[in-house]
Amino acid sequence: MAMEAAEIERLIKEGLPDADVTINDLRGDGDHYAAQVVSAAFAGKSRVQQHQLVYQALQGRMGNELHALQLQTSAPDNT
Amino acid sequence: MSDNPVFDRIQSEIDGNAVVLFMKGNPMFPQCGFSAAITQALTMMEVKFKGIDVLADDEIRNGIKEFSSWPTIPQLYVKGEFVGGCDIVREMHESGELKKLLDDKGVEYAS
Repeated sequence: MAMEAAEIERLIKEGLPDADVTINDLRGDGDHYAAQVVSAAFAGKSRVQQHQLVYQALQGRMGNELHALQLQTSAPDNT
Repeated sequence: MSDNPVFDRIQSEIDGNAVVLFMKGNPMFPQCGFSAAITQALTMMEVKFKGIDVLADDEIRNGIKEFSSWPTIPQLYVKGEFVGGCDIVREMHESGELKKLLDDKGVEYAS
């Protein structure tokens, strides 16, 4: 099962409204994505906590419909 | 003891082994590229770790995701603490943070 990049971005932004999201379809197969997510919500959090926030936003799709999503998360530079 | 018997099994594995990798396949024959990537990083550093094959145990496979609030496998634990999945461990390996973590936790590695 695959997911559209736009749908991934929409869900992340729904969970993290300030997020700056960049999605790349790594193989062009709609199944292996890389996402860069920048959000003030990540400030002061560990990487594990940052990724958990993104997984929460994806509401259980990660590991199910969404097979592979490489994640890179960070807080904006000015925070 | 927790309500979930699988959690007790997981807890005893990460209490009993300094470095534990929940993975698909085993360290000799990883069955997934992400599990292979972490195995390779640990092997390069000559870190002794226990690999637990979730493909051989459906209870662990499902339980570990709930245990850590983390939806994917592999998952790396050092001294009972969840370190992360493939992306985080790779970033930490490249930046030298993984060595620092092992130092802080008193885990031996070669280089």
